[in-house]
Amino acid sequence: MYAFTHHSATSIADAVKSVGEGKYLAGGHTLVPTMKQRLAMPGNIVDLNKVAELKGVSDNGGVLTVKAMTRHYEVENSPVVQKAIPGLAKLAGGIGDPQVRHRGTMGGSVANNDPAADYPAAVLALNATIVTDRRRIAADDYFKGLFTTALEDSELITAIEFPHADSFSYAKFRNPASLYAMVGVAIAKKGGAVRVAVTGAGSDGVFRWKEAEDKLAANFTAAALDGLAVSPSRVNGDLHGSAEYRAHLIGVMAKRAMGA
Amino acid sequence: MTATGIGAPVRRKEDFRFITGKGRYVDDINRPGQAYAYFLRSPHAHATINKIDTSAALKEPGVVAILTGDDVAADKVGGLICGWMIHNKDGSPMKGGAHPALAHGKVRYVGDHVAVVIAETLAQARDASEKIEVDYGVLPAAASIESARKAGAAAIHDVAPDNQVYDWHIGDKAAADAAFAQAKHVTKLDIVNNRLVPNPMEPRAAVGDYDMGSDSFTLYTTSQNPHVARLVLSAFIGIAPENKLRVIAPDVGGGFGSKIFIYAEETICVWAAKKVGRPVKWTSDRTEAFLSDAHGRDHVTHAEMALGDNGKILGLRVKTRANMGAYLSTFASSVPTYLYAPLLSGQYNIPAIYAEVEAVYTNTAPVDAYRGAGRPEATFVIERLAEVAARELHMDPAEFRRRNFVTQFPHQTPVIMAYDAGDYDASLTLAQKMHDTAGFLARKAASAANGKLRGIGYSAYIEACGIAPSAAVGSLGAGVGLWESAEVRVNPVGTVEILTGSHSHGQGHETTFAQLVSSRLGIPLENVSIVHGDTDKVQMGMGTYGSRSGAVGMSAIVKALDKIEAKAKKVAAHVLEAAEGDIEFKDGKFTVKGTDKSADFGTVALNAYIAHKFNGQELEPGLKESAFWDPTNFTFPAGVHICELEIDPATGVIKIDRWTAVDDFGNVINPMIVEGQVHGGIAQGVGQALLEGAVYDESGQLLTASFMDYTMPRADDLPSYNVGMTVTPCPSNPLGIKGCGEAGAIASPPAVINAITNALGHENITMPATPEKVWRAAQSAVRKQAAE
Ligand SMILES: Cc1cc2nc3c(=O)[nH]c(=O)nc-3n(C[C@H](O)[C@H](O)[C@H](O)COP(=O)(O)OP(=O)(O)OC[C@H]3O[C@@H](n4cnc5c(N)ncnc54)[C@H](O)[C@@H]3O)c2cc1C
Repeated sequence: MYAFTHHSATSIADAVKSVGEGKYLAGGHTLVPTMKQRLAMPGNIVDLNKVAELKGVSDNGGVLTVKAMTRHYEVENSPVVQKAIPGLAKLAGGIGDPQVRHRGTMGGSVANNDPAADYPAAVLALNATIVTDRRRIAADDYFKGLFTTALEDSELITAIEFPHADSFSYAKFRNPASLYAMVGVAIAKKGGAVRVAVTGAGSDGVFRWKEAEDKLAANFTAAALDGLAVSPSRVNGDLHGSAEYRAHLIGVMAKRAMGA
Repeated sequence: MTATGIGAPVRRKEDFRFITGKGRYVDDINRPGQAYAYFLRSPHAHATINKIDTSAALKEPGVVAILTGDDVAADKVGGLICGWMIHNKDGSPMKGGAHPALAHGKVRYVGDHVAVVIAETLAQARDASEKIEVDYGVLPAAASIESARKAGAAAIHDVAPDNQVYDWHIGDKAAADAAFAQAKHVTKLDIVNNRLVPNPMEPRAAVGDYDMGSDSFTLYTTSQNPHVARLVLSAFIGIAPENKLRVIAPDVGGGFGSKIFIYAEETICVWAAKKVGRPVKWTSDRTEAFLSDAHGRDHVTHAEMALGDNGKILGLRVKTRANMGAYLSTFASSVPTYLYAPLLSGQYNIPAIYAEVEAVYTNTAPVDAYRGAGRPEATFVIERLAEVAARELHMDPAEFRRRNFVTQFPHQTPVIMAYDAGDYDASLTLAQKMHDTAGFLARKAASAANGKLRGIGYSAYIEACGIAPSAAVGSLGAGVGLWESAEVRVNPVGTVEILTGSHSHGQGHETTFAQLVSSRLGIPLENVSIVHGDTDKVQMGMGTYGSRSGAVGMSAIVKALDKIEAKAKKVAAHVLEAAEGDIEFKDGKFTVKGTDKSADFGTVALNAYIAHKFNGQELEPGLKESAFWDPTNFTFPAGVHICELEIDPATGVIKIDRWTAVDDFGNVINPMIVEGQVHGGIAQGVGQALLEGAVYDESGQLLTASFMDYTMPRADDLPSYNVGMTVTPCPSNPLGIKGCGEAGAIASPPAVINAITNALGHENITMPATPEKVWRAAQSAVRKQAAE
């Protein structure tokens, strides 16, 4: 780790004003290890952990709002989330291990857009809105590829708004070493519309699987996905699983998300 | 049996300090004025070092010194050694390349030590290291055995132009060929024993300290054998004579073999302490551990079994290539030879065995002993062959093994070992019963109904431990003897200190050894302290590895206790005013035969020291005895493990559903600790079979250099084990102990792979059997199950 200055922000305005060329610190579970490995070298760290207005979960009957600094553990165990979108609470409970869930935050995860993270699939499938200090960004406009988002420098995520769905479910195949998603498939249905988002596998990060959406919109059953496959050319391969295997798993996980 | 005596499941005495954070590990030790070392490591797998420019780095804040291979050479610091000489088939010696503590002229693997920066803080040392300019001449790298042995591959060491370290063999080739000539059936297998990274919880660390006043050094180091470290650092590396070098291995958080060896880092810390006039500390981070701890296994083998009538094994031919990495680590050469091939007979009567082993240099981290060391590799070969042979002969794999078991003892195998005691059928029969193997087919049908493939696999392992008879290993090339030492110090009030040459780094010696002493002397457990891990306190000893602390270390204690009892009886005779021959000792009490006169152990101890009751010319005062125990044979723990698992053919995910382990460890001092050793060993074996594998890319970069990519076994990868024991006491040591530390890791990999291949219906799977491999392999099995 290189030397850096540390500022503990007191409000959203204070955080945005202070960050400059630096970085926000949320759970630190991604940022701190990369700093220790000297891969990231921010000169300035703005710590969000004491910003009260970035914490908490609320629901207005149609939209669930999760503030950026809400920990995965809180999402997993929040009665509000469990009632509004139970599949989202369940997804949070499957992130990493207990230590990770007690530190990591939804804002940090969505800002980081790790191609193997779980939340991006939920955000995309549920057609959520990313709320920042300066604007509102629709999920479809937000994810821009591996570790890349629509966020501008110094732009701070303050909350994620999830419209309720008729159903939402997520099935994850864990990377056995890191416990991240090797493949994760999120499926949301709202009225006649179905959105299917795939994480862990896309060579360009989280993506919507349109063919599956069409099939499921016509017939919302696991069987509707029979014979449907993602082309391995869209999928990345590594030490833990080839593109072919991951493409196969997308089909399996989609069916499992449908209860098969 | 008493509540704390031999055979009692006493809670571990040492755990209070460990679980309350009061352990004292090397990283907890800080010396006044200490500076910190950071090792600049090679980013290349193979390169010449044309020039190292440290001028800019030396100007960085906090830098105390920057040392390179030139400084090491100028100070005539000896290279790291390999302490076991192996001879080629033609009798010529193996080719050991030089291994300077800091690379000199050339780097040979990613992580090789290029320079050390010593600074006021670790961060400053690391910052400065980035300013060192190294001019590398990158050479072609060979990261695998195959690429290293390819014609025209770049030589890693000049002494071994074709990268072959040795080409060794054992057994009778003509006899084996004759057996194959008469075989009714031959089973053949190609086997890969995957490379593992040991990953003890505590990474390696060292603090070197030099005292100018006494011109002497102290090295605190994470070692399984501090005396061996001192011997090597004195006699070979030349840091200081032994009487001027104290080596302390305090609490050590796991080793699994990787802390036997003498590495560059501790050598540099202790050498540099004098050079810079400051204590020098280094603690490995996890990535450094992945890159530079000695790895384990990494064999490629072709094996054949000749079979006669009724499934009788006639002979075995085995050809193995072993990856040694870039340098020969401390005991590396012995692992794929004498720790491996002599176990190829397994639990079976095999009339003829011939094995050839070729050891190869590659541009990867050195490979040396890792839990089981050679014996897991041998067990994997013989237990895979046995299972596959049974399948090919359409025999029940348990029955096949039974027919070939050794049943008469002693039994001389064709490959050195003389098995002394065992009842292999007893372990197999008990394991089958505990496992309910009879219910397997019903369970398989239930799994099939759920779309799952269920399989069962056996492993009937044997290992040679309690290493080892010194003269025997000396004749095979070992540079040291493998006896153990003990000193028993009885204090005047009857409390006891045991100074042992064994070293505990998780094994629970403070408890087990105390149980032995407490039972023998009839004194409370808490009156016994175990002292180990400090060359200034403890007499020369050989340390802990090869499941030797019970069989060898405790035997030395028994021998010293025999002397204590003999001496104490003489003292008691004076105290009780009786003839020495009439003194009896039992349950902590000395009595005079045929009378009611008695004295307890504490009274006799006190009298030994006050020395009022006897003439100091006739009987020396004091009660302190020492002993060295050199075993007459290896010990042969053996047993049967049965693994039963379910495969999800859609994903290739495996769930281990049942595990039964029945082991014969001879007599057991503390069954709870022994069971814990079995549990941990199985976890490591399952890790090897399903999860772990060190992967280098073609250029020699380690792809699995963190826990994000290297899969360690977790609790939820493992079932609850059924553990049972059978006992045939070991005849070659006084306690009848065989040893238990490595058994689980030795037994388990073939049990897992035999279960997977049983479920799949074919043998095409390699370790680690990752979900993707299993998914691919399962496709044909699914089609077959559907057809049935
Ligand atoms: C061992 C391990 C296992 C894990 N397993 C999983 C898993 O299974 N699934 C999964 O999804 N994740 C997993 N994670 C990731 C973890 O859960 C966090 O989601 C992730 O580390 C990022 O969240 P954080 O709060 O720690 O962010 P930080 O590390 O603090 O920040 C990450 C990045 O986001 C920026 N940032 C943070 N907050 C904001 C904000 N409000 N606005 C703008 N930018 C911001 C930071 O500047 C930084 O660049 C794992 C992590 C570890 C260490």
